[in-house]
Amino acid sequence: MAGLFHYPFMVHALEAGTIVAVVAGVAGWFMVLRRQTFAGHTLALIAFPGAAAAALAGLPLELGYFGSCGLGALALAGVRPGNRSLESAATGSLQALALALGYLFVDRYHGLLSGLDSLLFGTFLGVTSGQVVVLLGVAGVALALLSAAWRPLLFASIDPAAARARGVPVRLLGLGFLLVLGLAVAATSEITGALLVFALLVMPAATAQRLTTRPALGIALSAAIALAVTWGGLVLAYSTVYPVGFCVTSLAFGLYVTVRLARRPC
Amino acid sequence: MTAVALEQASARVRDRTVWRDVTLAAEEGELVAVIGPNGAGKTTLLRVLLGLQPLAGGRARVLGREPGAANARIGYLPQRRSLDAGTRIRGVDLVRLGLDGTRYGLPLPGRRSREASRRVAEVIERVGASAYARRPIGELSGGEQQRLLIAQALVRRPGLLLLDEPLDSLDLPNQAAVAALVRDVCTRDRVACLLVAHDVNPILGALDRVAYLAGGRAVVGRPEEVISSETLSALYGVPIEVLRCADGRRVVVGAPDAPFVHGHRHGD
Repeated sequence: MAGLFHYPFMVHALEAGTIVAVVAGVAGWFMVLRRQTFAGHTLALIAFPGAAAAALAGLPLELGYFGSCGLGALALAGVRPGNRSLESAATGSLQALALALGYLFVDRYHGLLSGLDSLLFGTFLGVTSGQVVVLLGVAGVALALLSAAWRPLLFASIDPAAARARGVPVRLLGLGFLLVLGLAVAATSEITGALLVFALLVMPAATAQRLTTRPALGIALSAAIALAVTWGGLVLAYSTVYPVGFCVTSLAFGLYVTVRLARRPC
Repeated sequence: MTAVALEQASARVRDRTVWRDVTLAAEEGELVAVIGPNGAGKTTLLRVLLGLQPLAGGRARVLGREPGAANARIGYLPQRRSLDAGTRIRGVDLVRLGLDGTRYGLPLPGRRSREASRRVAEVIERVGASAYARRPIGELSGGEQQRLLIAQALVRRPGLLLLDEPLDSLDLPNQAAVAALVRDVCTRDRVACLLVAHDVNPILGALDRVAYLAGGRAVVGRPEEVISSETLSALYGVPIEVLRCADGRRVVVGAPDAPFVHGHRHGD
């Protein structure tokens, strides 16, 4: 077990995993509160064609992840909120297009086929120290924005009508939050893959919201749970034959189910 | 001080005049109800007072200033918001947002934070919600949620309360309890309150003044002056009866909830 830290790839994976877990835990807490998990899922599926297109064009994968998630966040913000069914239909349409494009890019670039699994289901083998630095910068920006705006964002999320009347820029915060969520999703995709981002974005936040109704404590708990399942998942993947995406997700799911069964939903 | 003063005011929504020549005042400590069918422009009136919509004519002053300039001293309760049953936030946090929900930056523990907590506890006690303020709001009944929302509107010690349909979707005992609470807040805390409702009966006994909006017109006055069969029938254009109970209370019968369309919508 101590041999874990002798391999640079494992150290990088733990570093990247730590950064990603904290961002995903915090952003995910707001996402679950705002009932935007569908939007978050769509951003994740937009990350997939972004990364595939970057690979096709010979560009760094990060550029594809972050660029496409940023554009996706803007597109989702352009879908006028207020009409829930219209909003989710438009979001779903965007999601289907994203998957189709991702498939096209992968199809055009045959050399990536071996990498398809890791784009969709994550990897920790390829994390470089450069990537860790990029993740650290992105996480810093996302966390700074969330901590600066967390009270108005909380107000706008729970009680938009009253917040608007008090002068809180509800729409602007909504757009800003989608962009931060895009950053969090893109960062998470690099570890868990596009399809398993919810392991870190939804499950820790949903577990934390079962355990406490205090906002500050909930946010901290969500990040702590994300951190725990990421480390646990990485160690498990290292010491077994199972892929990391599966390990992280199973741990997060196990914790969520345990908490739900232990504490009767209210 | 006069908290609300409208003089010959009129408002338009998308080329339609919703009401005109409305003159209405609410003094400190007064409870004024704005009554009318859906679509009569009651919420438009609140939007005007909040400075969210300009008047098409006439004058408006709110707490001695232009509408919108004194919003920090207005406690506003929007029309029945869906506080989702799954919302895992406590009542105290909801009330606290009324105090510092517009602030940016992380709240640091310290004197200011302790004072804020004390104020929140005090206002929750004031509305009688202490017993359940630490439970998730999604679990609470409509009446309990409404008390906490009123606490949120009161937490900054406003000079004016604007309550949009606070009695809507409450059962009868809760309607009476919330009406009594609002009356008490006006009298004891010297707050002026404009309360919007489509049915006057649950609050009739608590009112200082009433403004009826219907068909683009308004009738304003003390309840005993305005609430008569003749006045209301003429305003709504349908027969309306005002009955007197044995204990002297009045009951209004026959006021339509839906807009009564007689041709006054030609401008659409």
